[in-house]
Amino acid sequence: MPGRHQGARVVLLAVLLLAGCSSPPSQPAPSVTFGSSATTPGMPGMSAMPSMPRASAGSTASATGSPAPVAGDAVSIDNFAFVPATLTVRAGSTVTWTNHDEEPHTVAASDGSFHSPGMGSQGTYSHTFPTAGKFDYVCSIHPFMHATVVVTQ
Amino acid sequence: MTDAPHTMSRRQLIRHSAWFGAAVGLAVVGGEVISHVAGTADAARVQGRPTLRFAQVSDSHIGFMGKANSNVASSFSQAIDRINNLGYTPDFVIHTGDLTHLATPDQFDQVKQMMTGLGTPHVFTVPGEHDSVDDAGQKYRSAFGAGTRGDGWYSFDIAGVHVIALVNTLNLKKLGRLGVDQLDFVAKDIAALPSDTPIIVFSHIPLFAMYPDWGWGTDDAAQVLSYLRRFSSVTCLNGHVHQIFSKTEGNVTFYSGTTTAYPLPHPGDGPAPKPVTLPAAQLRDALGIREVSYTRGQNALALKERTLQ
Repeated sequence: MPGRHQGARVVLLAVLLLAGCSSPPSQPAPSVTFGSSATTPGMPGMSAMPSMPRASAGSTASATGSPAPVAGDAVSIDNFAFVPATLTVRAGSTVTWTNHDEEPHTVAASDGSFHSPGMGSQGTYSHTFPTAGKFDYVCSIHPFMHATVVVTQ
Repeated sequence: MTDAPHTMSRRQLIRHSAWFGAAVGLAVVGGEVISHVAGTADAARVQGRPTLRFAQVSDSHIGFMGKANSNVASSFSQAIDRINNLGYTPDFVIHTGDLTHLATPDQFDQVKQMMTGLGTPHVFTVPGEHDSVDDAGQKYRSAFGAGTRGDGWYSFDIAGVHVIALVNTLNLKKLGRLGVDQLDFVAKDIAALPSDTPIIVFSHIPLFAMYPDWGWGTDDAAQVLSYLRRFSSVTCLNGHVHQIFSKTEGNVTFYSGTTTAYPLPHPGDGPAPKPVTLPAAQLRDALGIREVSYTRGQNALALKERTLQ
């Protein structure tokens, strides 16, 4: 009986091999069709532009914030949190945020009144608050990070 | 398997399953992770060329300079080489966002130039939140937005499959967000399609609630998924979370892809989604690309996760 099973397996293998040989993957590549767009989104890869040179690997400088100002109230960004979570300053004060994380962060007011560029590691951003009020803000990259600046007269 | 950080231990899988419902089984075969939802890739292999085959790459973070990966450009080059050596030409390649780390013009130039080395007729992209740090995606669209609609979304048809590229990283409040205009676009885009059209959706942030406390979800995803409910096969591919994960909800299967830059912690593992620094050999196993194929007549797509080598 074991011999018969083995024979069946050999036949099956032969059929599979035959199937593999007789139907090579020779169908043409499918084409892409776009709806109403006149221009094709995305970019062509190398197969579409055979003469494109290969890009070489290299590193690029990452953006950092502006130089740290010497005066003003400070908020530290550590471990994906603004510290302190609520900062109280007098009207006219300049608040400076410093990113101590390896990840970039931003400072973005919920009311749109200020928005920093991306601060790389050790990057800083400063904003002056001329008038009293309560300013909630988030990191626009990690919006689960949120905090408040309270400005008093 | 326990020392491969991109795969889950049985205990982690059970933990995730407890949080998220039924997870898709993952099997490791000769260093590649193959997911099984229904059907197998083997059937397609015997029949020859699948109806459609493409590759996904994600989260290259060109410009990242931290210790979790001292040379993300080199890793991304390896990912491109991996795709160029699959043994066939993918019908297209998608990059599911965070092409750059800080959305500078130089970083966009570099990643775009690198991707011209991909051996495929088409490269499609969507932005990540790192590509739209401070300008709601303007610089991203200058580099990659030609031919797109609205703030960078679009769709196309290939081999009978309808593919929709969504943008959910602009104007973030806590979670990813599609917005009314984009929801409207999807509703109109699919209106005339027969319900047996296979649908593939790709976005940067997951369209399922993978871990909302870290922003790993999209707050108006339920709306777009409701439009897609009538279709028999819907596959959603995303990046953002830098790790492989999958989940099935009714007719929709979600697949989070890994990164070519650096791993992030498993959901809730630690206080924040900070880059994880691994020994070099383990880092290579955590980074990778994904092959996706579709064979007409099968509802589920076949996925293969490939590590960088």
